[in-house]
Amino acid sequence: MKTGRYLLVSLGVIGLGVLLARARVNPYIYFAGYVILQYVVIATAWNILGGYAGYVNFGTAAFFALGAYTAIFLIESLKAPLPVLILGGGLVSGVLGLGIGYLTLRLKGVFFSIATFALAVVLQTLVINWDYVGGAKGMTVIRPRTGVLFGNYVTFLFTVMVVLAVGAVTIAWLIERSWIGRGLAALRDNEEAAECMGVPTLRLKVFATTVSGFLMGVAGAPFPYYVTYVEPSSAFNLDYAVNALAMPMIGGTTTWAGPVIGAVLLGTAQQVATVTISSELNLLIVGVVLVGFVVLAPEGILGLVRRIRGR
Amino acid sequence: MAGALLEVQGLTKRFGGFTALNGVSLQVKTGERFGLIGPNGSGKTTLINCVSGALPSDGGRILFEGRDITGIPAHQRTRRGIVRSFQIPKPFTSMTVLGNLAIPLEYATQARPGGDVAAEAMEILRHIGLESKAHSKPAGLTQIEMRKLELARAMAAKPKLLISDEAMAGLSSGEVDDILAILFRLNEQGITIIMIEHIMRAVMRFSERIVVLDAGDRIAEGTPDEIVRNPAVEKAYLGE
Repeated sequence: MKTGRYLLVSLGVIGLGVLLARARVNPYIYFAGYVILQYVVIATAWNILGGYAGYVNFGTAAFFALGAYTAIFLIESLKAPLPVLILGGGLVSGVLGLGIGYLTLRLKGVFFSIATFALAVVLQTLVINWDYVGGAKGMTVIRPRTGVLFGNYVTFLFTVMVVLAVGAVTIAWLIERSWIGRGLAALRDNEEAAECMGVPTLRLKVFATTVSGFLMGVAGAPFPYYVTYVEPSSAFNLDYAVNALAMPMIGGTTTWAGPVIGAVLLGTAQQVATVTISSELNLLIVGVVLVGFVVLAPEGILGLVRRIRGR
Repeated sequence: MAGALLEVQGLTKRFGGFTALNGVSLQVKTGERFGLIGPNGSGKTTLINCVSGALPSDGGRILFEGRDITGIPAHQRTRRGIVRSFQIPKPFTSMTVLGNLAIPLEYATQARPGGDVAAEAMEILRHIGLESKAHSKPAGLTQIEMRKLELARAMAAKPKLLISDEAMAGLSSGEVDDILAILFRLNEQGITIIMIEHIMRAVMRFSERIVVLDAGDRIAEGTPDEIVRNPAVEKAYLGE
């Protein structure tokens, strides 16, 4: 997409979000919308590493929860405002991302994925045993007073998430179009050949893991204010890891639009299913859809569209 | 020594208890056509991996243009001018042939964004005889085209030293001549070439000087004629 058109569309999305927030429709819309947008951020973040660089991260929950718990820590210790929480959560998760970036020196393919999965387990155990942020029994967070512009705090958080989602997608879009994106694609195709063709593979991988981690932390930072009660098993929920992987794969992993399409479709389906059928059905839907796509359209919806157009 | 582009001094590489390279030394002069041969498992590819930076070495030094490059990562060696092609072609499968060349043009030669990468890539493809496939994906290429892509991509990195690792394995004799002609032409343009090859006809015709490895040791060095008549080489290949 051309730069001008992209900027126009992204500003339009933010504008729509603000309008929707001002419209005061059924509050549940904001509640559900927040979750879907949060998944846009998470799926986009996952895709920067998993889709562009080809390193599959099973530990999304760790980065998300680290963002959320960093926010809790900042609320408890400094009563920090939301922008600081978001930035802080992003930075701490970004540092964790930097760490796993160096893991890629020794761990490739499925071994890297197992390590990220283990990371989530280790981190959850640490948080369970850390009483300052609530430990195993969790912690209640009191939302700040709502500003004048928004009806209630959830509407406000919804608007914030719109901006974060557009921001995350813009970062992915910029990476994809730059020399960094082309280098990541080369190392995804063949890391050894990429290195031999002058691509600084380690530096690019560390960049991808850091940005990916940062954005996952950003997605998690407003979470405490959204749910108002955070406990380890909800923040480290397996849903995040599964959805972060499933959404880009369903949408298509090679471009920024894939994770957005996947997150919106799958996220909406999950929200609808939660209300109309059962809240336990969420992951079942993801599983069935993912299996279907892996078998029938391994390159996701975008790949499917390209194939049909190509004929 | 003056004129030495690449100088390998006492290079040692071990994999666990197995010594793949046992203090190998060799020199490649600027502009030379250099052959590296030896039976399977003699350490040729290991040597190349150590020179190109794909593997760290356990001892010895590697000098390029008189400067020690033993400790620097592979992509920086590429930028200094050491470029290798792979024994089994490793194309970037998601990109077109043209896109494959754009990667080294952009990363290894640090071409300015203003410079027309596509035009330059096309020029290289024309040189190699692959321009008709510029917009195909590597999956649709034949074996010989794949080898040419491998060479074209190496060319795009603007090498001073090109290491061709069995670029001809599995090709028909007409195709071997095709690749040989390309390598001769590159050499005439001033590129130093190290050829690793099992096809003796090709390596004997191409090389000005040959070094023979056997079980990680350097057992002979000389012109093709000298190598053919060397009893140690015969023993290494055929046994006693």
